[in-house]
Amino acid sequence: MSSGTAQHARRAPAKGRRSRPGPVVPAGGRAGKGSRRGAWTPWLYLAPALVVLGGLLVYPIYQLGLISFLEYTQAQVSGGEPTTFQGFANYAELFRDGEFWNVVVATLLFAAVCVVSTLAVGCALAVLLTRVRAIPRLALMLAALGAWATPAITGSTVWVFLFDPDFGPVNKILVWFGLSGFENYSWTYDRYSAFALVLFEVVWCSFPFVMVTVYAGIKAIPTEVLEAAALDGASTWRIWRTIMAPMLRPILVVVTIQSIIWDFKVFTQIYVMTDGGGIARQNMVLNVYAYQKAFASSQYSLGSAIGVVMLLILLVVTLVYLRLLRRQGEEL
Amino acid sequence: MKSSHLSVFSRLSSRVTVPVAALTLAGLAATGCAPSTSDNSSDKDEKSGKLRVWLFQEVNNAPKKKVIDEAVAGFEKEHDGTEVEVAYIPIDTRAQKIKAAFNDPKSAPDVIEYGNTDTAGYVKDGGLLDISKEFGAWGDSTNIDPTAKYTLTIGGKVYGAPLFVGVRALYYRTDVFKDLGLEPPTTQDELIATAKKIRSQRSDLYGLAVGGAYTYGAMPFIWANGGDLAGEKGKFGSNEYEAAIDSANAQKGVKAYTSLFGNDNCPAAKCAQWGGNDTIEAFASGKAGMAIGGDFSRQAIEAGKVKGKYKVVPLPGVKKGDIAPAFAGGNNVGVLKSTTHRTLAVDLLQTLSGKQTQRKLYDAMGFLPTFTDVRGDVAQKDPFLKPFVKTLNDSAKFVPASPGWAAIDAQLVLPTMFQEIVSGRKNVETATKDAAKKMDEAFQQ
Repeated sequence: MSSGTAQHARRAPAKGRRSRPGPVVPAGGRAGKGSRRGAWTPWLYLAPALVVLGGLLVYPIYQLGLISFLEYTQAQVSGGEPTTFQGFANYAELFRDGEFWNVVVATLLFAAVCVVSTLAVGCALAVLLTRVRAIPRLALMLAALGAWATPAITGSTVWVFLFDPDFGPVNKILVWFGLSGFENYSWTYDRYSAFALVLFEVVWCSFPFVMVTVYAGIKAIPTEVLEAAALDGASTWRIWRTIMAPMLRPILVVVTIQSIIWDFKVFTQIYVMTDGGGIARQNMVLNVYAYQKAFASSQYSLGSAIGVVMLLILLVVTLVYLRLLRRQGEEL
Repeated sequence: MKSSHLSVFSRLSSRVTVPVAALTLAGLAATGCAPSTSDNSSDKDEKSGKLRVWLFQEVNNAPKKKVIDEAVAGFEKEHDGTEVEVAYIPIDTRAQKIKAAFNDPKSAPDVIEYGNTDTAGYVKDGGLLDISKEFGAWGDSTNIDPTAKYTLTIGGKVYGAPLFVGVRALYYRTDVFKDLGLEPPTTQDELIATAKKIRSQRSDLYGLAVGGAYTYGAMPFIWANGGDLAGEKGKFGSNEYEAAIDSANAQKGVKAYTSLFGNDNCPAAKCAQWGGNDTIEAFASGKAGMAIGGDFSRQAIEAGKVKGKYKVVPLPGVKKGDIAPAFAGGNNVGVLKSTTHRTLAVDLLQTLSGKQTQRKLYDAMGFLPTFTDVRGDVAQKDPFLKPFVKTLNDSAKFVPASPGWAAIDAQLVLPTMFQEIVSGRKNVETATKDAAKKMDEAFQQ
């Protein structure tokens, strides 16, 4: 109820002020009894955005859906064989494939762990940023921005090297601390340690977005509120849980949904760090699986079907998440 | 308040309805409005103009370019009014490049170099031109090695000419063998025993460097035991295959190869994920007593620590004196179906893959010639080549010449099978059966 409405209220007058001089947009209450032209005006203003959205979102999704119902491989693209309509055959083939279901489950679990870890690390460091002095804050910011700016493929390669069984410093340090089990330990051999390694990289390259966004949100919280809480003797955790988190809710919703989408679609890290899916395909995730089907083996229609399924899963996950939030009785 | 909650939800619901609507539309419109398909065939045959060639960009490309430039200059002199433009494309992205060429005939080259395992796939894609007639009339073609010819023959038709072949044999460390009093192995059992002996006495070395993703290193074990990856249905040359990786003999080979993964030779935790290059790297950096490498691996090994401390023998077969059949890799050159200079392009192809060019390419790059007579000549002069040439002449084999092979390769069916076995997830019987099932699915597509 608090921040959502407040923002809305704050924004509303600004809009009114800007529209007043313009003769076309009727301000506030007059919109209802406006002429026909008036009713179309919002669409006129929306048109550029709709055209861009239509071109960049609807059309590709339409093509994706279309191809998923066809037999469309390299032979069809280059004219060696005619394109044929297959109905749901591609989907049936996909759902019959036992590996597909394993990959779906692994992807969902892996993404869930990534999202939770990224948010935990990002929020913790955002709070830390508000509590340290200027120089450490600058250092942390620079480090985070560095991680953020590093291309995923570079980051992945560096992480693989850090954890290399023969030359990697991480194993050497662990052994130095007395964990002799890490002598020549291969992180990518075991399924879970390979996923853990990828998880570290994913968290490392995506926490800065969470941290910076949440930090900006915290800075926007009036200091009186926080001071009052501190005076009342609230602990840091308590302040976060009952004051900051509720006030940051809209921001947290956005970063969570962003993280869900990013982590569900993780590709580069798995592809680079586990050599395209790990030993005996143990680290396969949906996006790499789709790539293998669609591009490596040129079964574009099957790859499209996987793309459509991914889209639907993401929509369902996001909707359920928003639904749950609403159940808790708060406005977004 | 109401509007703020509405805006989120109406946006969301449009995100649901749009794809749903698109999907419904897709089903309705699918037959009427299909995605793009290009027409690749051309019936033009211009006798002058510009010819475009795509060759692979090698790591050290300058010597290759020099040979090709000479061949091209000769060709241009013989054919008035023609101009040849050669582009070198990166090997890593060749698949995308060549697919793009098939999709867009206007900007496609006339002649391309391609990996010989890709022939069947490219033919199915409708990208390569059938040049059986010209190939038959080409005098030099009688000297072409039959395995190399097999790699470009699909359904009895010829789709190009071989440019060079590559084959693998056993590299071993002469200093290590001398120290430990070992002899180069002459049977497969001896090979495995020698590998384990090296490891047991020199724990800093892998006996024989093997890789779970090194399919071409594993194939000789399967072939040597009388097994095969797949059998051709019907008569030879039908190009219709049925997986045979789960046959008893093939399983014997898989068992022999996977027995090399373990602490007594090459620990699974490291070697399971290795590909061919990793095993060569291990050997070149002095970490392995033996490795299965190609004639083309020589430069990489010479650049490493073991320079001058290694020799090569053919990979031994099961019985004493036998050679384990090796995979005949290599590249072919072909003419694209979309060419508008058919006659000229075939002439150029014969120049580029002719005896003279191949001999020069060998001198410049070490690529093994595909003409048996030329190959014999060069092997006479360079003793390093003898084990490779012997393997090629004796017992080279090829992967299934089927478009399904590209899918099997891309989906890592065989690496997955080996990795499942060496990591203890599946036993040889189950893993080979599962792999055979996946291979059959790919062959049927």
